[in-house]
Amino acid sequence: MSNAPVDHGRRRFLTIATSVVGGVGAVGVAVPFIASWSPSERAKQAGAAVSADISKLELGQLIRVEWRGRPVWIVKRTEEMLAQLADTENRLRDPGSEVPQQPAYAQNRHRSIKPEIFVAVGICTHLGCSPTYLPSDFAGQVEGINSGFFCPCHGSRFDMAGRVFQNVPAPTNLVIPPYMFVDDGTILIGEDEGTA
Amino acid sequence: MFKNMMSWIEYRLPFMDKLNLHVVQYPAPKNFNFWYFFGSLAIVVLINQIVTGIWLTMSYEPSAEGAFASIEYIMRDVEYGWLLRYMHSTGASAFFVVVYLHMLRGMMYGSYQKPRELLWIFGMLIFLVLMAEAFMGYMLPWGQMSYWGAQVIISIFGVIPFIGDDLTLWIRGDYVISGATLNRFFALHVIALPLVLVVLVFLHIMALHEVGSNNPDGIDIKRDNDGTVELTEADKKFTFHQYFTRGGKKVIVDAIPFHPYYTVKDLVGLAGFLFIFAFVIFFMPEGGGFFLEPPNFEVANPMKTPDHIAPVWYFTPFYAILRAIPDPLFGAIAMFASIIALALLPWIDRGKVRSVRYRSELHRWNLVMFCVSFVVLGVLGVLPATPTYTILSQIFSFTYFAFFGLLWVYSKNEKTKPLPVRLT
Repeated sequence: MSNAPVDHGRRRFLTIATSVVGGVGAVGVAVPFIASWSPSERAKQAGAAVSADISKLELGQLIRVEWRGRPVWIVKRTEEMLAQLADTENRLRDPGSEVPQQPAYAQNRHRSIKPEIFVAVGICTHLGCSPTYLPSDFAGQVEGINSGFFCPCHGSRFDMAGRVFQNVPAPTNLVIPPYMFVDDGTILIGEDEGTA
Repeated sequence: MFKNMMSWIEYRLPFMDKLNLHVVQYPAPKNFNFWYFFGSLAIVVLINQIVTGIWLTMSYEPSAEGAFASIEYIMRDVEYGWLLRYMHSTGASAFFVVVYLHMLRGMMYGSYQKPRELLWIFGMLIFLVLMAEAFMGYMLPWGQMSYWGAQVIISIFGVIPFIGDDLTLWIRGDYVISGATLNRFFALHVIALPLVLVVLVFLHIMALHEVGSNNPDGIDIKRDNDGTVELTEADKKFTFHQYFTRGGKKVIVDAIPFHPYYTVKDLVGLAGFLFIFAFVIFFMPEGGGFFLEPPNFEVANPMKTPDHIAPVWYFTPFYAILRAIPDPLFGAIAMFASIIALALLPWIDRGKVRSVRYRSELHRWNLVMFCVSFVVLGVLGVLPATPTYTILSQIFSFTYFAFFGLLWVYSKNEKTKPLPVRLT
């Protein structure tokens, strides 16, 4: 054992250098642990786009398809439903769909590519429940409006374009997923001209 | 022979000395009442949860395909599986009952005040981990309420600006709650969080034994040995570990050794507790739909939301605060603030007198208001959100927070009653 005087500068340098290298190592080791929580390749595969046949969809009918495990509604709206979209506007939180809850091509009054075909993610924007479709008895929820969506969890209400009414817990309109029409009778959910 | 062996061990690991320090010669105030049962009961419930939990994992299958069926298997085919499961599910609710009463005790007698702030912080950390543990455990049966309750709770993280969506994706490990989420919650529920919980409980008890137990009078039992302390016959009767007398610098008054006096007393409390616990397990294991909710007897279905989603009863006071505020971000902030406020009690309360017995009338009624708010919010949290209930939730959320605000204001110059010299 040497009795040489302690070189404090050298000791401090070694302490700091060891801490820094050890710290970098700790961060490096943390990476796989944190990253392994991200969706796996299999989960990403399962999240791919899905197609649906809408050629037999009747007026006023709602069908659900599963996309990324979430219900996506496809509704063929009647003339009356489309006409009433104008009547709801003074009672909506975001009638012009200013909040980006939809692709640019769905930022219009009917929030869709084709006016009659309405596509939306059927998950309430409040806390993730799935609202109930009320095709003819919505008037009990909002006076004078015959059809819409009502969330049973916390009472949020949406019109036939998925636009949220005022004074309900949901803050924004329903999400419109990216979608495109492959042909007149087939719709592809999860992909559009921009991403395809 | 035995004595030799004991001293051989003692020399290498002073086991008997630690036992004396923490149990046999640990000085506890002599006036512990009913409210002091809940600490030891919480330990009993923790052991119950760990043991029954280990046995449940032997038959449980953590996968989206098999989870629900494996619970049915445990309930119907595994020998006494129903009992182990009901002990575990009832134990979860019992845990929160005893922890809430334990916390109320701390609030009544000022047990969070100096020098027990760190002890209180450890307690609050235990409470937080316990909530995470309960939430993840409730997901494992993979019933409708497991799924949709988790959906609601995880989406709370989604309200955080900018990172919210990525954060929820990372927590779920999928675009929706799926088997990936179930598996990681299982791992956290059975390994990670129980380890954290046990470590925190150890630290909680170590912190307690360092500063000593508070008592219903809120006065110290350890006094400076300056010759002015008059010892009674009873005080001279017991010897406490020299660690607590600091080699004669301190004298201990009105104390009794934890063992056998409080081990025996706690056994009485345990007997009373087990009477109720066993009654629930055998006669109302679903707890009237509050311990095990009816929709959870249906397998998770991502395409169908139950008509009414309510969290399990022990989350409802905080859930009611979340729902009371229309904006989701501020709702989530208010919910977390309601828990943080509790953790900050040692600094919000600026009073010097600990026990409600010697504090002002105002403090007594403030505490009553807090308890009423907590219970009413708990009731509102299970009810559907109608406009009337929402307004009530807002009112009682306000009174919940008002407790802390008022306390901070009046505790600075509070008119308190004179403290007794000795425990009453």
